[in-house]
Amino acid sequence: MKGEKKKKIIKTIKIDVDSCNGCRACEVICSAFHASPKYSSNNPARSRIRVIRYPIADIYVPVYAGEYAVAECAGRDKYTIDGKEYDECAFCRASCPSRDLFKEPDSSLPLKCDMCESDPSQKMPLCVQWCLNDALIFEEREEEVEEEVKQEDLEIGLESLANKYGMDKIMDVVARMSTSKKG
Amino acid sequence: MRYAETGFNLEIDLTRGNIERVATDPRDTELYLGGLGTNAKILWERVPPEVEPFSPDNLLIFAAGLLCGTPAIGCNRTIVSTISPQTMLMAFSMMGGFWAPELKYAGYDKVIFRGKSPELVYLWINNDKVEIRDASHLKGKGAIETAELIQQELNEPKAQVAAIGLAGENRVYFASIEQGKSSASRGGIGAVMGDKGLKAIVVRGTQDLNIAVPGEFLELCNEVLDYIKEREEKPIPGVMPILAGLGSPQEMKIHDEKWHTESFMWGNSRERRKDFWTEEVANEWTKTMEDARKRLISCYNCPMKCGATISIPGLPTYMMKCFSKLTYTMAAFSNLDFGLRIAQRATEYGVDAFSAPQVMAFALELYENGILTNDDFPEMPSDNEGRFFWLLDRIVRREGIGDVLANGTYWAAKEIGKDAEAYAHNNIKKHEQMPLKLSMLNPIYFLMYSTGEKISITQIEGQFPQMPFPTREEREEFVKDWFQVPDEKFKQYFLDWELRGENSFPYYPTVGMCCDIVDWQERMHYIDDALGMCSGLSSFPLKPPYHIHNFPKFISTGAGIDMDEARLTQAAKRYRTLVRAINIGRGMRRKDEKPPENHWKKRFPELEAELLDEYYNLKGWNKDGIPTKKSLHELGLDYVSDDFIKRGILTEIENGTSNDTSAKNEKNKVEDMNHEG
Ligand code: SF4
Ligand code: SF4
Ligand code: SF4
Repeated sequence: MKGEKKKKIIKTIKIDVDSCNGCRACEVICSAFHASPKYSSNNPARSRIRVIRYPIADIYVPVYAGEYAVAECAGRDKYTIDGKEYDECAFCRASCPSRDLFKEPDSSLPLKCDMCESDPSQKMPLCVQWCLNDALIFEEREEEVEEEVKQEDLEIGLESLANKYGMDKIMDVVARMSTSKKG
Repeated sequence: MRYAETGFNLEIDLTRGNIERVATDPRDTELYLGGLGTNAKILWERVPPEVEPFSPDNLLIFAAGLLCGTPAIGCNRTIVSTISPQTMLMAFSMMGGFWAPELKYAGYDKVIFRGKSPELVYLWINNDKVEIRDASHLKGKGAIETAELIQQELNEPKAQVAAIGLAGENRVYFASIEQGKSSASRGGIGAVMGDKGLKAIVVRGTQDLNIAVPGEFLELCNEVLDYIKEREEKPIPGVMPILAGLGSPQEMKIHDEKWHTESFMWGNSRERRKDFWTEEVANEWTKTMEDARKRLISCYNCPMKCGATISIPGLPTYMMKCFSKLTYTMAAFSNLDFGLRIAQRATEYGVDAFSAPQVMAFALELYENGILTNDDFPEMPSDNEGRFFWLLDRIVRREGIGDVLANGTYWAAKEIGKDAEAYAHNNIKKHEQMPLKLSMLNPIYFLMYSTGEKISITQIEGQFPQMPFPTREEREEFVKDWFQVPDEKFKQYFLDWELRGENSFPYYPTVGMCCDIVDWQERMHYIDDALGMCSGLSSFPLKPPYHIHNFPKFISTGAGIDMDEARLTQAAKRYRTLVRAINIGRGMRRKDEKPPENHWKKRFPELEAELLDEYYNLKGWNKDGIPTKKSLHELGLDYVSDDFIKRGILTEIENGTSNDTSAKNEKNKVEDMNHEG
């Protein structure tokens, strides 16, 4: 599904792990922002950014929720940087069956960072605003990209549910719900 | 629906291994807020004065403050309350870190322990699943080590662990509860935890916490963030670097220790070293810190960096904060390298970094003076640093003389006898204090030291500058943007305050002004302790982002409780009085309310008596420091006066005022003296 070339604003958040103090303010504000209604509740387990923290080993890695992965990777990596060993998957953004990261705690639906898209739009992603330690720095630049047809959130959600419960079961539930809704 | 709080407590009976989830009464939140406030209510109701600290009937309460877990910046305190084995009074130590918010997300506001487990156990709270688990394999393990092992065995790296080390297990009277970079240290609450057979409390929560008026609440949070940025860019001129900014004193960040090392006392709070901080020392200590410090770290949802990860080659990594950087160093007349090394061991053992070094320096002083002898110190190394390590090991194991010292200087001195009591000279209410000995009485600090029931001066002081600024221009500059004051009069108090002359210590600020200032300082700390707010962003620093004007809004929009300044002040007064009531029930009286005899050289007994009279009066306490029937009634605490009358602590005809004529005469006299001076 390739589209034509287009100018596009690329939004990047640069992560400086050396500046992170492990406070998790980014998690707090992200989860509050995505509550509905907005800010009506707080639960870092729903955040689309998670700080992989291992204080004793001095490991602090803020990771953003990326794409949903159907299956876990076959081979995994371990990194050693500056003598610190980072767990396999430490830098990975995927919402993946191998871990509870980036999933709604109750439904297990995958979470993905949406750069705080909202109306009216935010002047900067909220996690960046709340990180006073400059561990998260926001940058925008223009680039020419081939446009891709984006998968809808709903579709991503459904796909993950289908993977978890099987397509048949989902169809059943949808059928049951639609009859009961029609009353 | 409940907002900001979950509305549930966990009740754990360790004797029977019983676990219950209990709904709480929202009216209690309105009257006592949460955290310390409702802890005091529970202790009053369920732990009568007859209950000994190590009785199974003593409760050990871990509370998350009312606003913990909301996006309120820096609101992360766990308030641990129990009856202290050292002071025999109510202890309420706080710890920052990550534990309290996690408890809220697990669905609870407090965990209340009673009874005693026959075997060493830990509590594992994983949302709705709560279990008491065997901890026999963790016996004797360090506090940080324990946290690691538990996270591994549960395969829950995100679980937050509050644990005791060997000191708590062995009921050392100054044992702490450790949690990452934070600890609840004062009052020996770790000993109560150990007595209950509880090695750790582990919590993991993934549930929502609700906010009553979301948009407005968030706006308040953003205002706080903006103000923090502003304050960070504009440190307050004319005060010590560690007091110029926000946060706990920035001991991990700032290398210049001239003030601490030259103004605070070394050894057993004995010797002032006025020319200690040479360039050579500064260079050496800076290097030591920079080599050992891996990163500056913070508590949950806070941009400040009050702690540090400390890693010394050959030793396990640990985390440190505040003045623990220097307490061991200075007690031992040693250097920072030694301080950081012994603090590593002390953190694993879990001891209070104020009391432990002082107890050891006290022991060595007794030894030097022949009150303790070689027989008490078998095989003690001869080098100074080695002795401290040796003593620390004995104390936490309660071996030999360590068993005596483990009860703190007050009780140890009593047990040792032979004039040892003269060496336990730095206590208030049986508890070791900051090593400070000064010249001229400071009437504000006199009141705080005397009447404080938080025992630690850093947990009472704040907001109001410690000293007057030299010139009127500087003072005018300071009050310009001082909007945190609860009343404009505080600005005038400060403006007129001079280093020398008529408007200086000890008679200025006047008695009335001192009472107002201390009442404000104390009130802000008590509010923090109910809300779970870090005093580093609130009651401790000058010009903090949280104050009496925005707290009511945080409570209204966060917890959905209708609140204004008057009601908040009244609520804080209510549970502050309840804390006092608990201690009065346990025998605390005016006679116990005094700073160490030698804290100041120049004392003014008449002025001091007047300060106490006047302050008691302002607080609604009688001349002996007991809340009067009238003031208890005004606070809705008739149940306290009923109990006091039954116990003969108050009488029916109590008239409720303590401002009798003798105090007035005293006052006139003091005013005369003021004019002479
Ligand atoms: S807010 Fe910034 S400093 Fe705090 S944990 Fe997130 S990335 Fe790290
Ligand atoms: S950019 Fe927005 S959605 Fe993405 S992690 Fe940050 S706060 Fe969450
Ligand atoms: S100000 Fe310091 S001690 Fe207080 S919450 Fe922030 S990091 Fe913790």
